[in-house]
Amino acid sequence: MTQAQLQETANLPAHSPEPGGTNWRTYFTFSTDHKVIGIQYLVTTFFFYLVGGALATAVRTELATPESDFVSREVYNGLFTVHATVMIFLWIVPAVTGGFGNFLVPLLIGARDMAFPRLNALAFWMIPPAGILLLCSFFVGSPGAGWTSYPPLSLTYDKAGEAIWILSVLVLGTSSIMAAVNFIVTIFMMRVPGMTLNRMPLFCWAMLATSALALLGTPVLAGALILLAFDLIVGTAFFNPTGGGDPVVYQHMFWFYSHPAVYIMILPVFGMISEILPVHARKPIFGYKAIAYSSIAISFLGLIVWAHHMFTSGTPPWLRMFFMINTMIIAVPTGIKVFSWLATIWGGKLRLNSAMLFAMGFISMFVIGGISGVMVASVPFDIHVHDTYFIVAHIHYVLFGGSVFGMYAGLYHWFPKMTGR
Amino acid sequence: MQGSTIDPAQTVLNYHHTESAATHHHEHPDFRVMGIIVFLVAEGMIFLGLFMAYLTFRAVAPTWPPEGTPELELLLPGVNTVILISSSFVIHNAEPAIKSNDVKGLQKWFAITAAMGAIFLVGQLYEYFHLEFGLTSNLFASTFYVLTGFHGLHVLFGLILILAVLCDRANPGITPTPNTSASKLLRSTGTSSMSSGFSCLSCSIC
Repeated sequence: MTQAQLQETANLPAHSPEPGGTNWRTYFTFSTDHKVIGIQYLVTTFFFYLVGGALATAVRTELATPESDFVSREVYNGLFTVHATVMIFLWIVPAVTGGFGNFLVPLLIGARDMAFPRLNALAFWMIPPAGILLLCSFFVGSPGAGWTSYPPLSLTYDKAGEAIWILSVLVLGTSSIMAAVNFIVTIFMMRVPGMTLNRMPLFCWAMLATSALALLGTPVLAGALILLAFDLIVGTAFFNPTGGGDPVVYQHMFWFYSHPAVYIMILPVFGMISEILPVHARKPIFGYKAIAYSSIAISFLGLIVWAHHMFTSGTPPWLRMFFMINTMIIAVPTGIKVFSWLATIWGGKLRLNSAMLFAMGFISMFVIGGISGVMVASVPFDIHVHDTYFIVAHIHYVLFGGSVFGMYAGLYHWFPKMTGR
Repeated sequence: MQGSTIDPAQTVLNYHHTESAATHHHEHPDFRVMGIIVFLVAEGMIFLGLFMAYLTFRAVAPTWPPEGTPELELLLPGVNTVILISSSFVIHNAEPAIKSNDVKGLQKWFAITAAMGAIFLVGQLYEYFHLEFGLTSNLFASTFYVLTGFHGLHVLFGLILILAVLCDRANPGITPTPNTSASKLLRSTGTSSMSSGFSCLSCSIC
């Protein structure tokens, strides 16, 4: 079928919202086209990625000497807090879900667009203001309690910066919930006839698992941040022990979202790798069902492991045991994925182009991140390395060597599709 | 789409994306019902999170409510609870009305539901202004105001949705037909008020 015939049968309006049929100005408007929104997400979040990188550079520059000679101590705390928040909430989460998800999911399932295009556009347009708001916090006293913003530390800092941080994360969370609702409805309701769930591309399985996590986790983070905002601004004592409150409750609510958030950041990348490897290894994917169902298993297990971030928070021993075992079980579905990828590469005629190299880089870096994850899941070990550079290294192996390498692989792989070049 | 093997007539068109899609409106499902249900899961999780926080504060505290907390009056919140839960049954009466193309009936039941929701909110505000403790009095007072306040917002949001449907139906340009999006929306607002009912119930139990 030619393009002209297709235009006719679909009875598209004269000004087609497809990229290529539109000029660059479309990308700066409230467009409801999923491909335009996907590109908007990718470009915007890449900008914030550069900002986050600049912040990290400033952190490293300050750490070059023991004295506080590059920035003041308050600004230093602000630098790493905003670095983490930008990288997580303004780069990886929106880029893998909103960016790749929006661009690819409707194409992969044969839908014309997402289920709720206007909601989709709204979800995107909440990101730039929230990001600018967050960066502006440097002008009023930056939030300095880390991206976890644990009380009581976060309650002792500059109120304005901390309040801006809370507001910004709430807006980004709302955007994330909107996107999750959109993906779930799209994937369940808009697949082309004949595409059963078990025939769906693996990236769509991963997006389904991711959206379920975002849907269930993000509202609890919102609840925690609203209570924190009451403590900060109004002077209630939810998390303040002097008024009878309990700071550990915040940690539970925070990690109930923020551990699943790790899977929100990595599951879509797993999906992308499962799409990229078979193409460049020139072999069908090994273990389709195993990879698909392991995404769902990771999603489910990801919801019941949060307290492994809190082994040093006075957690009772039986609870530590429960969360330690659950966390270690996650290695099983993750291992299934890694071995399936290796089996896909095995005996293939590899094309070692940029996408494939990043995909294989992803596997090796992610395995280091994953194995150190099993190490820190064990209570006796974690108690010693809690809040040390070991944890910092673990998270960066997973998020940079994992998510970001996978995104580069995806960018190289789909760049021709996105740009037509 | 060039070279695509997908028959464009078989793809699920989106109903409000392009004008062309509108002509196929009757052929494909309305996704809004599922959208609302999925959204309600997210909303439920906020309440679950806040309730879990409340239950933990309560379990950890040596005495609950903390000493010096005045007794809560139960009559007004009790009546309010009954009004709110009844409203979810009232709104379901509008469903046969919309299926039989009965605009007046729909308007009547929606108006009664909206009025019941409004009475609940006024009752809650009255209670707020006459309580002997404020937001920052103690942990019990803070959790009380935040939880009931959040629930009040939830009711207010449902009320605005019902009024929006009511205003939409009052528009003479739109005539209701069986199984239109309005009847689906009706069902979803019904679900929403039902969940308000449940969260209110659990509020009063605690």
